[in-house]
Amino acid sequence: MSGQTLYDKLWHSHLVSQREDGSALIYIDRHLIHEVTSPQAFEGLRLAGRNPWRRDANLAVPDHNVPTEYAERKGGVAAIADPVSRLQVQTLDDNCRDFDIVEIDINDVRQGIVHVVGPELGATLPGMTVVCGDSHTSTHGALGALAHGIGTSEVEHVLATQCLIQQKMKNMLVRIDGRLPRGVSAKDVVLAVIGEIGTAGGSGYAIEFGGEVVRNMSMEGRMTLCNMSIEAGARMGMVAVDDTTLEYVKGRPYAPRGAMWEQAEQAWRELRSDDHAHFDRVVVLRGEQIKPQVTWGTSPEMVLPIDGHLPDPARMDNATQRAAVERALEYMGLQAGMPITGIKPDRVFIGSCTNSRIEDLRSAAAVVKGKRVAQSLKQALVVPGSGQVKKQAEEEGLDKVFIEAGMEWREPGCSMCLAMNADKLGPGEHCASTSNRNFEGRQGFGGRTHLVSPAMAAAAAIAGHFVDVRDWEE
Amino acid sequence: MKSFIAERGLVAPMDRANVDTDLIIPKQFLKSIRRSGFGPHLFDDLRYLDEGYPGQDCSTRPLNPDFALNAPRYQGASILLARENFGCGSSREHAPWALEDHGFRCIIAPSFADIFYNNCFKNGILPIALDEHVVDTLFREVYATEGYELTVDLEEQQVTTPSGDVYSFEVDEFRRHCLLKGLDDIGLTLQEADAIRAYEQGLRQRSPWLFDAIN
Ligand code: SF4
Repeated sequence: MSGQTLYDKLWHSHLVSQREDGSALIYIDRHLIHEVTSPQAFEGLRLAGRNPWRRDANLAVPDHNVPTEYAERKGGVAAIADPVSRLQVQTLDDNCRDFDIVEIDINDVRQGIVHVVGPELGATLPGMTVVCGDSHTSTHGALGALAHGIGTSEVEHVLATQCLIQQKMKNMLVRIDGRLPRGVSAKDVVLAVIGEIGTAGGSGYAIEFGGEVVRNMSMEGRMTLCNMSIEAGARMGMVAVDDTTLEYVKGRPYAPRGAMWEQAEQAWRELRSDDHAHFDRVVVLRGEQIKPQVTWGTSPEMVLPIDGHLPDPARMDNATQRAAVERALEYMGLQAGMPITGIKPDRVFIGSCTNSRIEDLRSAAAVVKGKRVAQSLKQALVVPGSGQVKKQAEEEGLDKVFIEAGMEWREPGCSMCLAMNADKLGPGEHCASTSNRNFEGRQGFGGRTHLVSPAMAAAAAIAGHFVDVRDWEE
Repeated sequence: MKSFIAERGLVAPMDRANVDTDLIIPKQFLKSIRRSGFGPHLFDDLRYLDEGYPGQDCSTRPLNPDFALNAPRYQGASILLARENFGCGSSREHAPWALEDHGFRCIIAPSFADIFYNNCFKNGILPIALDEHVVDTLFREVYATEGYELTVDLEEQQVTTPSGDVYSFEVDEFRRHCLLKGLDDIGLTLQEADAIRAYEQGLRQRSPWLFDAIN
């Protein structure tokens, strides 16, 4: 008999009931809430006269709309300049107060991007089901959790019932064997995976990331991998629990302690796929062959290694593909066949729930240390993922490294990842961004996004165009 | 929720693959704390030549003449014909809200992104996945015939073209049932409250650390 995958185990241990029609009721251990996708859910509860089923399963934090400039930030909610953003953040505060839900508000030093804050506080733990009205909830799967994004109707459903109606996914294993070359990070790995399977490749699957590269990866790196599962079309990505996971979780503010820790650890050690578990699809990459990646188009699958050249639509047979490439080249203002290294960013953004953790900032700082950003650059933003990350970085002097290089050091939040606050691209501007989506207009109307790792973004900031960070390091 | 039983409606083409949720409704409109009023901003970046902002009067904005949905012949369409991986990107339910507010009740495409697909059902929209070559045929027919209408029948799980071609589609039983009846699934789940409580009891025994964390 074949064994169970990690996903199978998490699924079965959270099954409340299996219905005849194939749907299932799944229990949710942790529900994270932010200001953008929750107002209509709370309103729905109010209208139906319902209360949260289990208030202590919820944790809220505003992140998408919060200003990242200290001058605007220090005045709290009332000082948010954009009235529409202010109302949304205020509405979260009001809803949390009315429904007695714990909120880490904008003035709290622990505030940050919900997917950075959750693991950092130990609010998300191995073995949990974790949901949030945000597709990058897949990030939390790095802890060996079943974590995925939900829509606002489901936010309301989880608040009211502590459950979700779900369909079981198929299993996919993405195995990265061997070792990564120096200068190549988790971001490059996940972009390479998306380049391989496409943005719809994971659709209908739960992805487990495994293999030697993943086993040797830090928790920060694993979170980057799982974060972008959704860009590969999968609602969730996950990594088995090992010593790295347990060391990361131990001592976090909301993590269990003492005898409770012992009991939890024992249970968490089981959270891995059995040896003969069946995967419906297996994708294997060699770590040694992965190069630093740069997206050139308007979908994360439009990605190339740094030494690559842009595709030429004239040479493509498939009409839909050719049209997509033509449109992307036109939107991006780039020439067919040009080298990736010929692309010159106008702005650089280091941040987002993909790459704003301490390790990301360290790797960017190592590249810019003692150098100055290129004259041609309009702006280079560094936005830590949370107040804790910011504090840690400042203790290590990373803020000074960035500022001395001519970059801006900001307050935590989503910032230019989706440009819901004041941080955005102007029309036609190119951005080297460590975020996760390069869709048209994502970082500002008419803006052109190139997704890269923190080290690659930092190197592009200094050089004024994309460069191979592997040559950078002596 | 509005029920969906059958719909006969005008079809509008959205002829590009991987239409993402940022394209369906750009992020500046996500700041609303309401769930209605998104219709005028559906496909905002494509539909208008200027940059949109929340709360504005869209009736005086310059329309993009190259965007198919702006063509007079597609006004009043209730069925959207689209390409593969429609609705990829974020989990924002604002995307189906905008489609619904604009008047779309049904979307036909070769494939959909998972979260978007799910969100449609919660908002009375029926997403139908049909074979790629069938979708190709439908695109050709839409372009060739002004006033092209399809009949979508959820009870029979069939799409019928004006010339009488019939295509069957799959939809899982629970979602079909809820959409046909317009059921509120929170109410349905709460009918299982005892099972949820029993599960929770067991969980408290097995994993007590899940219950004393956040206060
Ligand atoms: S950082 Fe970007 S992707 Fe992550 S939650 Fe914020 S807006 Fe979404």
